[in-house]
Amino acid sequence: MNLGDQLLQYLFTGITIGAIYGMVALGFNIIYSATGIINLAQGEFVMLGGMMMVYLTAIIKLPMVVSFFLSILIVTMIGAAFERAAIHPLKSPSVLTLIIITVAASILFKGGAMFAWGKHTFSLPPFSGEKPISVLGATILPQTLWILGIMGATVALLIFFFGFTLTGKAMRACAANRTAASLVGINVRTMVLLSFALSAGIGATAGIIITPIALMNYDRGTMLAVKGFSVAVLGGLGSNVGAVVAGFIIGIMESLGAGFISSGYKDAIALVVLLLVLFIRPSGLLGSRERAEFKKF
Amino acid sequence: MRKKGKIVVGVVVAIVIVLLLVGPLSIWRWVPMLRKPAVAYKVGAIFAVTGPAAWLGTPERNTAKMIEQEVNKAGGINGHPLEIIIEDTVGDATRTVTAAKKLITKDEVLAIVGPSRSGTTMAVIPIVEEAKVPLVSCAAAESIVVPVKPWVFKTPQKDSDAAVKIYETMRERGISKTAIITATSGFGDQGRKQLKKLAPELEIEIVADETYGPDDTDMTAQLTKIKASEAQAVVNWSIVPGQVIVAKNMRQLGMKIPLFQSHGFGNIKYAQTAGEAGEGIIFPCGRLLAVDTLSDDHPQKEVLAKYKKEYEAKYEEDVSTFGGHAWDGLQLVIAALREVGPDREKIRDYLENTKNFVGTGGIFNFSPEDHSGLTKDAFEMLTVKNGKFVVLE
Repeated sequence: MNLGDQLLQYLFTGITIGAIYGMVALGFNIIYSATGIINLAQGEFVMLGGMMMVYLTAIIKLPMVVSFFLSILIVTMIGAAFERAAIHPLKSPSVLTLIIITVAASILFKGGAMFAWGKHTFSLPPFSGEKPISVLGATILPQTLWILGIMGATVALLIFFFGFTLTGKAMRACAANRTAASLVGINVRTMVLLSFALSAGIGATAGIIITPIALMNYDRGTMLAVKGFSVAVLGGLGSNVGAVVAGFIIGIMESLGAGFISSGYKDAIALVVLLLVLFIRPSGLLGSRERAEFKKF
Repeated sequence: MRKKGKIVVGVVVAIVIVLLLVGPLSIWRWVPMLRKPAVAYKVGAIFAVTGPAAWLGTPERNTAKMIEQEVNKAGGINGHPLEIIIEDTVGDATRTVTAAKKLITKDEVLAIVGPSRSGTTMAVIPIVEEAKVPLVSCAAAESIVVPVKPWVFKTPQKDSDAAVKIYETMRERGISKTAIITATSGFGDQGRKQLKKLAPELEIEIVADETYGPDDTDMTAQLTKIKASEAQAVVNWSIVPGQVIVAKNMRQLGMKIPLFQSHGFGNIKYAQTAGEAGEGIIFPCGRLLAVDTLSDDHPQKEVLAKYKKEYEAKYEEDVSTFGGHAWDGLQLVIAALREVGPDREKIRDYLENTKNFVGTGGIFNFSPEDHSGLTKDAFEMLTVKNGKFVVLE
């Protein structure tokens, strides 16, 4: 393998890792866009999606496509139920209270998954075969292309939803100013419910499509959430395109770092990049500075 | 008169009491029933029952519960019921330290079995050393017992022996240049040290030395580097999910060189999770997983077959070597309690001088210089064939 081939392989690896991070980061953005809070149970939605898919395909033996949509639906409902049970009953929730509630939810989901499915690590068959695609001496898995495609579609849908539909705009209004939004007739609580359902659904999608590559167990959500959150911050919280771009940056930095410098330092390299960007642009790469000032968090 | 009579009665009573308490006529020997309810022998067990190493801690916990029931059903240890107090570490060093302190000060256990992981074991060593409580760890890292700490023992086979076995197998197959890839966890780190230290002795050259985070999702970058090197084989030293992802990534990159794994691969579920990518993986392992292929006159056969049968019947899941480490640790402590009673110091001395103890991990021979008790012969090289573990030919 010459240097050129290696470089290409590192890029492919970076794209694979970056797509996984980006997909997880998207889920953070939605709840943040609608409520201004960080949902620390986001990683658990990802885990639930992956585990549900494993359960439906491997144990109930449903066809792939059916399980895919059913898993997303179930996790979306879990997200909505969580909002109704834990967030909705609060009279005047502060951002901090809400975030702490999501921490509790994360522990609960993790424990529930552990009881339901045990502690083993599971895998899923890739959507379209395991045979790697060879491009100029470097290889990429078909599953990575699935992740990229689904991520692209998700981002496009989100941009459309938040930019061009009334509901989407109403959700953004709630995040900007709760009181003002309810004064103009927006049902803030419905919007919060919707945002939790939506981000649970996107988290589940992420979980399902990354499991064939990254494997899944009840504990894996937390680690994915940490990386996903860093990526969301780097991209600018609330910016979906930013999340994708930042995902690729971190992923490629990690893989080039591992390839050319030392695999021991790859996380450090990615972290240094994150810190540098945040020193220069505290609102993230594509985050809006003005909007950041309105936020409490 | 009265006074004299009182003295006489007092002396007689005193003599009777002394006779009853000590000597061949003592009530302790004649009527053991009088001691009832006998004080329970408390043994602590610290396992990573939940958290990232739950797959280690769960079979260990199950095994501990199974042994507790079994011993108490058979009348306890010399009439004393056995109480195993299980604490969950979540695989975390801080929690492990808290659990160990609680077991020592609050429960006043006689000995501790566990923790499950190398890193957490290293964290509690200073505590048990100071409190003078015997600890039998279920973690594999060499540094747990090298240099020897008076109160610390361990039951899993040594990392260094696993590394020697891997290198010997390589030599037999004419491999002289290898790449190593290890996780940056306690276990992976110790493995890396051993692999690097032992390579020159066994005339193996390490041509690539890569690491990855224990939670990483993709190792193709590191493997690409290895692919570009002259390596004739890869040794991966980690636990799940890393050890499965490495196998899958090697397949993705079309790498045909053999993949060796550490003894951490000892659970058939991993081979199943890896699927096709898992075929042909070679790893050193205790004989528990290959008990069916063991000849009947092998000294471990009986112990292994019994443990496997009982565990699988009780928990309806495949036995793993990790539960076996807990079995060995607890049975050693129970043997010590049976022999020397509830005395931490004597238990320690007994453990240190235990010879020819047949466990699931091998035949243990402890000595003041060796608190691990096993040699490299405790390992068998296994490989994955059609989704099953078989002895490597």
